[in-house]
Amino acid sequence: MVEYDAGDIGPDMSFLEMLDVVNERLMERGEVPIAFDHDCREGICGSCSLMINGVAHGPERGTATCQLHMRSFADGDTISVEPWRARAFPIVKDLVVDRGAFDRIIQAGGYITAPTGSARDANTILISKDTVDTAMDAAQCIACGACVAACPNGSASLFTASKITHLSLLPQGQPERYGRALRMVAQMDIEHFGGCTLYGECQEACPKEISIDTITRMNRDFLRATLSQGHGAIARAE
Amino acid sequence: MRPLESRVPSGPIEQKWDKHRFEMKLVNPANKRKYTVLVVGSGLAGASAAATLSELGYNVKCFFFHDSPRRAHSIAAQGGINAAKNYRNDGDSIYRLFYDTVKGGDFRSREANVYRLAQVSVEIIDQCVAQGVPFAREYGGLLANRSFGGAQVSRTFYARGQTGQQLLLGAYQQLEKEIGRGGVTVYPRTEMLDLIVVDGQARGIVTRDTVSGRISSHLGDAVVLGTGGYGNVFYLSTNAKGSNATAIWRAHKRGAAFANPCYTQIHPTCIPVSGEYQSKLTLMSESLRNDGRVWVPRQKGDQRRPEQIPENERDYYLERKYPSFGNLAPRDIASRAAKEACDQGLGVGEGGLGVYLDFADAIKRLGEQTIRERYGNLFQMYQRITDENPFVGPMRIYPAVHYTMGGLWVDYNLMSTIPGLHVIGEANFSDHGANRLGASALMQGLADGYFVLPATIGDYLASSKPGRIDTDHPDVRQAETEVTESTSKLLGIKGKRTVDSFHRELGKIMWDHCGMARNAAGLQRALQLIPELRAEFWSNVNVPGSHAELNQALEKAGRVADFLELGELMCADALHREESCGGHFREEYQTGDGEALRNDELFAYAAAWEYCGANQPERMHREPLGFEYVQLAQRSYK
Ligand SMILES: Cc1cc2nc3c(=O)[nH]c(=O)nc-3n(C[C@H](O)[C@H](O)[C@H](O)COP(=O)(O)OP(=O)(O)OC[C@H]3O[C@@H](n4cnc5c(N)ncnc54)[C@H](O)[C@@H]3O)c2cc1C
Ligand code: FES
Repeated sequence: MVEYDAGDIGPDMSFLEMLDVVNERLMERGEVPIAFDHDCREGICGSCSLMINGVAHGPERGTATCQLHMRSFADGDTISVEPWRARAFPIVKDLVVDRGAFDRIIQAGGYITAPTGSARDANTILISKDTVDTAMDAAQCIACGACVAACPNGSASLFTASKITHLSLLPQGQPERYGRALRMVAQMDIEHFGGCTLYGECQEACPKEISIDTITRMNRDFLRATLSQGHGAIARAE
Repeated sequence: MRPLESRVPSGPIEQKWDKHRFEMKLVNPANKRKYTVLVVGSGLAGASAAATLSELGYNVKCFFFHDSPRRAHSIAAQGGINAAKNYRNDGDSIYRLFYDTVKGGDFRSREANVYRLAQVSVEIIDQCVAQGVPFAREYGGLLANRSFGGAQVSRTFYARGQTGQQLLLGAYQQLEKEIGRGGVTVYPRTEMLDLIVVDGQARGIVTRDTVSGRISSHLGDAVVLGTGGYGNVFYLSTNAKGSNATAIWRAHKRGAAFANPCYTQIHPTCIPVSGEYQSKLTLMSESLRNDGRVWVPRQKGDQRRPEQIPENERDYYLERKYPSFGNLAPRDIASRAAKEACDQGLGVGEGGLGVYLDFADAIKRLGEQTIRERYGNLFQMYQRITDENPFVGPMRIYPAVHYTMGGLWVDYNLMSTIPGLHVIGEANFSDHGANRLGASALMQGLADGYFVLPATIGDYLASSKPGRIDTDHPDVRQAETEVTESTSKLLGIKGKRTVDSFHRELGKIMWDHCGMARNAAGLQRALQLIPELRAEFWSNVNVPGSHAELNQALEKAGRVADFLELGELMCADALHREESCGGHFREEYQTGDGEALRNDELFAYAAAWEYCGANQPERMHREPLGFEYVQLAQRSYK
């Protein structure tokens, strides 16, 4: 741990703007700035990823690091900042980690096969408002990785379950539903994420407040898929 | 430079695209995998193109500087995407979307492209729903719509305030599926730093792996740039921090004409600047203007809290000036009206640079719950940043740089003036003329990526038959060497000022002289200041660290170096265009009541600039714009 002094910080500054100031000072002295991931600074791209005083994304609930403001801290506080720590997220440099494992989980099945040009008129598929709202609650995941960083087991269950929930609630997602659950869950293991023992820390850390109910849905789909694996026909027919 | 040839097919506008699709050459399915297409960018445009090209059978490589394709700036789009579905039966049609877009662009776009965009818009929604994009629905299960500026119909599809996110995730998932199948190879955290042109054809790119610092060349049969807009020239904008012009600017220096660089969109509803340290500006989606009413106090310096100002002492200036569109006047007009009010001393909040966006009436009419459902995340975002609750008092908003209509010039096939170099999404100049309507960028990015480019690129590959080259080719070596040298140069200056301090200074010059209102004297001043600042940059910037590591200061330095050149071209373009149109407002050219005054006789053309060497003025070429279907008229939203 290195300690840096951050002077001239106002309460309306965002946390990342505070880091900008620290970096600007370092560079004015010709020193190398602290590397951290960020881009949109609006809580939607999922780039920012800091452990602040031991809490993923810091003290405010439902808030990504970039949306956190210095008014959440007292003047003179010493704040500890660390990268996500998880076996599946190797550190690249300083506060930057490699979250490529998430992309590979999606690759394993986090999609609906709908090649461009093959779609029928959008309004021929009716979906109730409630269903779409619940799907959207899950689809909001920004893949920041806070769930993994917060989990004592380093599990990616909330991330994976949010995608499985989004797609399996929709009629378009049915044909691939069970194969998807099998493949995505298998990929989590391949990537060395830990298992889920329902601590619930992920849900607390999630900047989009995605619920662990999604994990129950994932487990249900996965169980059903494994049970019917012996009778492959069932999985395919659903 | 090759002469500008728009290649618009002949025949009636309704039939051009179909006719063209039939006439274009096709690549035999078995031969497609022999062609390699390099796609730079994984936003809506890049991801949809890469996935679709791979589905067609091409061998695709996709490059992006983000760590995952899903983090491209498109993820931040909030409000929605237009399509001429006419699901509301409110008089919409392909023709009306076409008409609204040409008019909204203040008659500075190419009719045939816009018509095609409106045609394709319908298929985009079908495609996205098939992928599982959770668009908002009515209770009966059908898709819901809202209205956006510049239109009197409800044709905008949305997923809460996160439409861009959901559309991008749809394209990203399709891309991941293709990666899994082996059709696409991705190169994350990889920045394109130059274009490789061999025998006049775009054949590859030079990249830097931002983690290891390794410079490499990648070769292919065609290159596609979907690298987004350049609004960050202004330092403060609603764009993501990493958005930049490097890919298109370096392609420009290799021979791709840059069209209408001065057309910048200033979005009327953003959270006002709150201090020196500010690193970016936050958009409050245009969709809020469906229910929010914009006003300022009638009395200068009114210090009362907004709730205490009675109705008759408020000026709902958009409703007053533009009664038929009211709060949904197009962006350029709404922004200028806000500036005008603030210039008159009627602005609210710190520094007087703000106007109110008030939901009190809507909350009374529809109830807090409905408003929460429609805009919940935006209200929350506002409260987080300002520490004020918009359910209680009005929001304070002010215009901010948001989108760039200019970009690399492309023909009807989306090909630039360099054969083989195609440009899609915000990076090209097509479709929006001098002002983009809300919810049309997502539509254009996906139209280009899913439907237009995959059809037109085949024609290029089938007719030009690019031969084999390898990385030993002298032109490839040369490009690589130049990249390595310019990187070392940046690291070697070891001056006194940080990259950001130059960027901030450039941004201020651009905002003051090439922002919401421009005039000849100011632009001339900027044309003097920018080269001076650029010269100082190259002698006094300090880029710490080394080349062979993750070095974010070095990445930024390269981007700012390009902005320092592009900014000058934007000012030159703004100075030459002696008229006002859309986002380009020249104070010398306005009507009696302060509206933009176009000059169709002299300026009904796209200005395509040719790079002529370092510190040399660029040469301008004209693509004349004909208006056969939408009659040229002064735009009126009254
Ligand atoms: C806050 C906000 C809200 C918006 N809301 C709406 C809306 O509601 N409706 C609407 O229609 N439009 C909206 N827009 C506009 C719209 O989002 C953008 O115009 C559009 O998403 C651009 O997509 P793109 O694919 O062209 O580029 P981007 O999404 O910007 O993607 C650029 C890609 O290129 C890559 N890249 C860039 N440079 C390089 C390089 N040198 N080397 C390698 N890779 C590179 C990046 O990594 C990224 O993958 C909004 C814009 C903003 C800023
Ligand atoms: S920077 Fe995009 S979510 Fe924080």
